[in-house]
Amino acid sequence: MYTFLISKIEVGSHFYVNFSDSLHLHGETVLVSSLVVAAVSVFLIIGTSDLKKTPGPLQNVIEIIYELVKSIAVTQIGPSYYSQFLPFVATIFLFVLGSNLSGALLPWKLLEIPSGELAAPTNDINTTACLALLTSLTYFSAGFKIKGIGYFARYIKPELFLLPINIAEDFTKPLSLNFRLFGNVVADELTVTVICSLVPILVPVPIMMLGLFASSLQALIFATLAAVYIGEVIE
Amino acid sequence: MVDSIVSAASVIAAAVAVGFAGIGPGIGQGNAAGQAVEGIARQPEAEGKIRGTLLLSLAFMESLTIYGLVVALSLLFANPFVG
Repeated sequence: MYTFLISKIEVGSHFYVNFSDSLHLHGETVLVSSLVVAAVSVFLIIGTSDLKKTPGPLQNVIEIIYELVKSIAVTQIGPSYYSQFLPFVATIFLFVLGSNLSGALLPWKLLEIPSGELAAPTNDINTTACLALLTSLTYFSAGFKIKGIGYFARYIKPELFLLPINIAEDFTKPLSLNFRLFGNVVADELTVTVICSLVPILVPVPIMMLGLFASSLQALIFATLAAVYIGEVIE
Repeated sequence: MVDSIVSAASVIAAAVAVGFAGIGPGIGQGNAAGQAVEGIARQPEAEGKIRGTLLLSLAFMESLTIYGLVVALSLLFANPFVG
């Protein structure tokens, strides 16, 4: 029993693409994430190319997405500044949603690559770290752009002695964003893997549905938190 | 010898990390869900709004457990202390 479990679940290796001795990238992550970017772009371009007064089914979906993202941005950032940051929030939301759903819905097992296996790009901690760092870069530059040098006043906002905590918060924000997304995606896949190795038929389906729900929720939460962080800097 | 002690400690630490990380969010989620049910019972027409807020805050609490899980996973699969 023990060896059975161990043989089914193992720590995989990445498909390394080497540029030099110290520089390499994870081939499967880059491949799947560029596929996701392409798919989302094509979906949006086709959906917005032929806008009508009475929307068709595709335009309806696009409008629902737009209204969802816009309501996130308006409620968190505020009605006067949201339009500058709406593209960022929408990009984050659609990329995270697309990559989470691609990992859950597409049968990547059918495609063989030399080592490792294709999965959701958010399954790799480098992707989520990149998204989190982009978020903190955005709120820094938003603060500088809108408040100028007065941005630094927020570090001593309630009282001066909170300065270390306020500085530490700048590091814990991207860290928690990063771990939240990565942990949720990996936990989901790990649960499905373990249950599949115990009972391979029918039983994992509810867990997969739960995973589908949780991963769409994570996209919403990542976008909401990015908007919250931007909003509290420029308020 | 040292290596096996480190492995054993890591396995125990992983279990403790994810176990204790489950307690707080469990209590919090129970509280939140209970209050939401109360809110819906008092004001059934606000159900949609309450459900949206509840799901969002449940996912926030869930992420605390996930932090524990990340620590546990890194201790099990990417242990920095075992040579």
